[in-house]
Amino acid sequence: MADLPPPVQGPTAKEKKYDRQLRLWGATGQIALENSHILLINSGPGVVGVETLKNLVLPGIGNFTIQDSSIVSEADLGVNFFLEEEHLGGYRAEHTCNLLKELNPDVDGHVITEPLESWLPQEGALKPYTLIIATAPVQPELLAKLADHASAALIPLFYAHSVGFYSHFSIHLPPAYPIVDTHPSPETTQDLRLLRPWPELLQYAEAKTANIDSMSAEDHGHIPYVALLLHYLEEWKKDHNGKIPETYKEKTEFRSVVTQAARTNNPEGGEENFDEAVAAVLKSLNPPQPSSDVKEIFKATECVLVGEKSPSFWVIANAIGMFHQKHGVLPVPGAVPDMKARSVDYIELQNTYKSKARRDLAEVVENVRFLERNNKRQHPADEKDIEAFCKNAAHIKLVRGRPFHIVQLDASSKKVVTWGDRAKSIAQTLTLPDSLIPLYIAFLAWDEFTATHAKDGLGGAPQVPGEQDPESDAEKLTGIAFKMADDLIKEANAAIDEDEYATIKGQIRQFAQELVRAGGAELHNIGALTGGMVSQEVIKVITEQYVPVDNTCIFDGIKSKSMVIKV
Amino acid sequence: MAVNIESTDAGTDPLPRGRWKYLDKFITRPGAFTDPDAFEPGQAAIEGLERQKVLVIGAGGLGCEILKNLALSGFKDIHVIDMDTIDVSNLNRQFLFRASDVGSYKAEVAAKFVEKRVKGVKITPYCGKIQDKDEEYYMQFSMIVCGLDSIEARRWINATLVGMVDGENPDSMKPLVDGGTEGFKGQARVIFPTMTSCIECQLDMHAPRAAVPLCTLATIPRQPQHCIEWAHIIAWEEHRKDITLDTDDPEHITWLYQKALARAKEFNIEGVTYSMTQGVVKNIIPAIASTNAIVAASCCNEAFKIATNTNPFLGYPEQDNYMMYTGDESVYTYTFEHQKKDDCPVCGSGNIARPLQVNPNITLQDFIDGLAERPEAQLKYPAIRTGEKSLWMQLASLQEQLRPNLDKRMVDLVEEGEELTITDKSFPTQFKYKVVFSK
Ligand SMILES: [Zn+2]
Repeated sequence: MADLPPPVQGPTAKEKKYDRQLRLWGATGQIALENSHILLINSGPGVVGVETLKNLVLPGIGNFTIQDSSIVSEADLGVNFFLEEEHLGGYRAEHTCNLLKELNPDVDGHVITEPLESWLPQEGALKPYTLIIATAPVQPELLAKLADHASAALIPLFYAHSVGFYSHFSIHLPPAYPIVDTHPSPETTQDLRLLRPWPELLQYAEAKTANIDSMSAEDHGHIPYVALLLHYLEEWKKDHNGKIPETYKEKTEFRSVVTQAARTNNPEGGEENFDEAVAAVLKSLNPPQPSSDVKEIFKATECVLVGEKSPSFWVIANAIGMFHQKHGVLPVPGAVPDMKARSVDYIELQNTYKSKARRDLAEVVENVRFLERNNKRQHPADEKDIEAFCKNAAHIKLVRGRPFHIVQLDASSKKVVTWGDRAKSIAQTLTLPDSLIPLYIAFLAWDEFTATHAKDGLGGAPQVPGEQDPESDAEKLTGIAFKMADDLIKEANAAIDEDEYATIKGQIRQFAQELVRAGGAELHNIGALTGGMVSQEVIKVITEQYVPVDNTCIFDGIKSKSMVIKV
Repeated sequence: MAVNIESTDAGTDPLPRGRWKYLDKFITRPGAFTDPDAFEPGQAAIEGLERQKVLVIGAGGLGCEILKNLALSGFKDIHVIDMDTIDVSNLNRQFLFRASDVGSYKAEVAAKFVEKRVKGVKITPYCGKIQDKDEEYYMQFSMIVCGLDSIEARRWINATLVGMVDGENPDSMKPLVDGGTEGFKGQARVIFPTMTSCIECQLDMHAPRAAVPLCTLATIPRQPQHCIEWAHIIAWEEHRKDITLDTDDPEHITWLYQKALARAKEFNIEGVTYSMTQGVVKNIIPAIASTNAIVAASCCNEAFKIATNTNPFLGYPEQDNYMMYTGDESVYTYTFEHQKKDDCPVCGSGNIARPLQVNPNITLQDFIDGLAERPEAQLKYPAIRTGEKSLWMQLASLQEQLRPNLDKRMVDLVEEGEELTITDKSFPTQFKYKVVFSK
């Protein structure tokens, strides 16, 4: 009876529906999505916001709320897929919400039709939401309120523009936003420790390569390449005063040693396991150094000053830092790539790595418990979290979230936009060919224009450039953008060649003209494309998997090019 | 240089059109990058757009998005082809379908939905294969937008469209806009058949996954996937030869899963699951709504620009024609010009044979197995002949006679530098290769 496989637990209805995405972010990612409540503050034609929600409702976020006080107009029907003729005259929030809910019965949607300026100041208005998306135009003082809330409550805030063929979005994340499960590509994750083998691994290699020269063809062709490399490394060390191949030249020399050791007097004219060994030389013979990102995490104040209230991420980071200090390497991740080998030999190799990974993990757990006792922490870190951290220690990312630009218009502020510590780097990027910084500046200018122009001229609904008088609006918008570019160069104290600056100004002018041409219109395609990108970033941020944009992305739908910058 | 921006919004012509107020901003106003020779803003541009008849191939993850996007880009006459029916696992991204539609034809449900939602658009579905249709059918369209998951179907439509180009008739060149996704990655490309690099020129950018050698499956499995492939390829054949494997039948998947699990246990291999069994056997590619939205919208953005000239588009000769998208680590796009290849078997300048590396010591059988996987060939059902003789045919009646060839070594069948002509029933074209023996 014991030999019969266990009865099959077929997938649940939910697993079936979400199969194609669970293969990316797994059950934990899905639970995180289901626990989220996303607020969309929808303005303008509202396409980018609704398309973003569409891509979040489909994979199954828990709740969404749309704040939008506009009334469905005919123009909405030509650009927004989640409205129908019979909705004309009704609240746009209500009807888009209903049609979005149809996409997924597991998701609940809510609406707020009160205008933003009266709803937002209410006590606790933003409390229910785990993430906020706002689409332009939003009055700068209201956007600033959202940013204040994001900073205080550590809630991610997204801000997106979709104007004609151009779009932009920025993400304001908490100041320390760590990601453990970054899903690095399998090629970059192999860490076989060939230059720092432990005794059991060496014993394994020795056993598998004993009498290598007199082995049968069958045996010789099935030695796992890890054992081959370790064997020839030992041989190399004998001839080189105990030193390993370090320089590129030495490594290529070592590679030819391995190449020549392969038997070629067979029908195939070579051996697959030796081919694998040769291919692995250059990428596997590197000392296992943590990346600069990981070192920065060890040095971060939050890591060094771990305390009673620190998030457990920092306690584990500190514990792994201790491990690294003691051994000079990170814990062994434990995974072994597939390679030509007999089943038993491969499984034995896998177990050698796995048991070393378990021993390293045990040491890190001990460090964690030590820190927890020392800091009188109430809740011990989950061992599963520690294990995940150890497995991916070399690829952990820490995003330092920060507020994005909000145009400052009150009389007390000297500049409309301040670039701060990013001024120098952005001024340098400005002049690169294909740079989209000029477009980013044009978008900031668009925000300033919109905030300073009202439809009725009396501070009523905002007036976007190009709605009525494209020619004069283009001049005005270009003028605002030029001033911003001047301020950036001044702030960066950058010396910029006159001709070069003239070129940049030409680009800014063209971008501004194209934004004005739109007259505030969204093109459905660009709204959908940007909604795709924003929803993808929202998913990454909610699931705490993969690596989000840090912190601004600009898209040019004319050239079909994008750029990510940190502002 | 100031570009004159004129507004035709005011006045008494049929503009503005209430529903298309936003779209018309672009159709009635020139921009900083529009070509005055190609783009005349106003009524004529609107009529030009409305006259377009567009074919959408695929009504799945990309296709649903494409239909919605084209309808909201002002296209009025759209056709859609898809042979598939709706499965429950489509519902996480194919937003035109509901649970109650499971089992119905995708093309039909999608067409009906978009027609109902966007007033004034006509969508004609065809539930079948693209291969059912002939050149005359494809000739009626001004453009083809493709959202497929099959490389074979893409190659077929590409070869068909290239073959249709008649130098005397400019209308015979149909722009092909093609999108594809896998997980967080994707690409959008524009092909002007015979003018720009084609799908076949770009074939090696989409290399198939290498198959695990049979001997590994049969004797030395190491990974859970090896045990599943063993159950799939070897065990099924041994025990259930008379039943056709249906990868959508839960009983069949369960059987494979249990076989794989037992084998894994025998070899101390961990990690075989039901979900993995399904993934391996059905060759499931992860798919999400957001990537589909990005790639489909990029395709439709190009289609709209091509149809209206409201801005420059990808695919101009000697300009970028390919956008690669990666979204798992931040957002990264790479937009470039993929060069047309002179030795492309589909759009190449003549009958230049492509060099093909051949290991002289392998058998013809091994060579044929390899052709399916080689990025530059990817031919699964090849018929192979040299200048003077046939080495292998797909017709069963002829195979008997050629079977002894399968065990012969390549070096005994062909000579260095000899030309091989390979045809495959999946493609309306022949592939010429020149044999280069590898050392
Ligand atoms: Zn070609």
